[in-house]
Amino acid sequence: MEKHIQLPITRETARTIRSGESCLLSGVIYTARDAAHKRLCELLKDGKPLPFDVTDATIYYVGPTPAKPGSVIGSAGPTTSYRMDAYSPAMIAAGETGMIGKGKRSPEVVAAMKEYGAVYFAAIGGAGALLSSCIKKAEIVCYEDLGAEAVRRLEVENLPVVCVIDSEGNNLYETGRRAYLNTL
Amino acid sequence: MREFQAGLLTDTIARLCIEANCVLPCDVKHRIEDARKNEPWPTAQGILDKIIENYGIAKTNTVPICQDTGVCCVFLKIGQDVHITGDIRAAVDEGVRRGYGEGYLRKSVVKDPLRRVNTGDNTPAMLYTEIVPGDKIEITVAPKGFGSENMSRLAMLKPSDGVEGVKAFILRTVEEAGPNPCPPVIVGVGIGGTFDKAAYLAKKALMRSTDERNADPYYADLEAELLEKINALGVGPQGFGGRTTALAVNIEWMPTHIAGLPVAVNINCHVTRHKTAVL
Repeated sequence: MEKHIQLPITRETARTIRSGESCLLSGVIYTARDAAHKRLCELLKDGKPLPFDVTDATIYYVGPTPAKPGSVIGSAGPTTSYRMDAYSPAMIAAGETGMIGKGKRSPEVVAAMKEYGAVYFAAIGGAGALLSSCIKKAEIVCYEDLGAEAVRRLEVENLPVVCVIDSEGNNLYETGRRAYLNTL
Repeated sequence: MREFQAGLLTDTIARLCIEANCVLPCDVKHRIEDARKNEPWPTAQGILDKIIENYGIAKTNTVPICQDTGVCCVFLKIGQDVHITGDIRAAVDEGVRRGYGEGYLRKSVVKDPLRRVNTGDNTPAMLYTEIVPGDKIEITVAPKGFGSENMSRLAMLKPSDGVEGVKAFILRTVEEAGPNPCPPVIVGVGIGGTFDKAAYLAKKALMRSTDERNADPYYADLEAELLEKINALGVGPQGFGGRTTALAVNIEWMPTHIAGLPVAVNINCHVTRHKTAVL
């Protein structure tokens, strides 16, 4: 039923993942949200190297709560993705192949996904306590001054996500709703 | 006149911050569990099961239900027979600072909306005060996530738009929000007053238990009708399709000007959190 995906996702693999597929992701992902994306894209614009290798990288839009003593990380569910729309085309062009968030994306992001081969996953918004159990290791890569918004390197095991938009532009938010309404 | 030291608010607010973020209110749980029973769409059933599992884990482990532990809205209903000595604002913010620190909650507040530097302790609280009869202070702490806050809207409709215009605006707001505010949502609506009062009423509506309907049968019927219409949109849990788009519609209203019909829609996600104590 669920598709197991070992990270990193190559551009070729990205093109095989279909909208609507439930996936379990294992391997390394990086976190970044609004403030980190702004800084990363400024570096890209200036032609400077990024603080981590974005080639075939999957970025999780999350700002976790602080880890309690003895925990790897706090609650860690997705944040709303459209706020990253201004930055994602540049990130995809630089090598990003996977994005994890929740909610709609802009036509520009979808166009970049189709052009380069990238996939957009959603994790369950508001299920941060559940999702954090899939995170086995977390360390800050850069931008520690941003607190919850710092870039973190996470090692995940079987992180449950759904492919919402695939590299052909198919969109579960449109097809899922239509399919349900057609049953009424 | 009852004398009250402002500093006494601090411990209670710190405790409420942690409880509100880790334990979902019973009424919201009941709405989600009822929705699960009535949800015909398999994908949606699976999502609701995960949501139920998630708030179970949060309560058992005392961890936040959602990583967006919000900007901290604090509502104080202050009895007019209470005389408070000390700095109320400082006492409230100290409670938030302590609660968000001791509870390992996320610090999600920037000091300035344009220059955007995190305050580091989730202060200041969004403080709302109301003077009421009596000699007690009622404190409600409501962490507000911004995934849903960002999908909220306000319209200054014309009187001729009437109730149909109000319904259309509410439905459009929920439909356009789609998957963004983490449906199933709770929809807070404020109708009437002024530009700012409508928004305040919409937020206040989210503080009301989903077990309670509006005391006025006209508005109670409107709440029921809107809930049904929203759940016919097909957005579904997380926007993947399904019946359960909203768990409740709570409307608050007040008098307004002869020329106006302000309507505000404040959306909350399924992690609708608030916790109240009386001192």
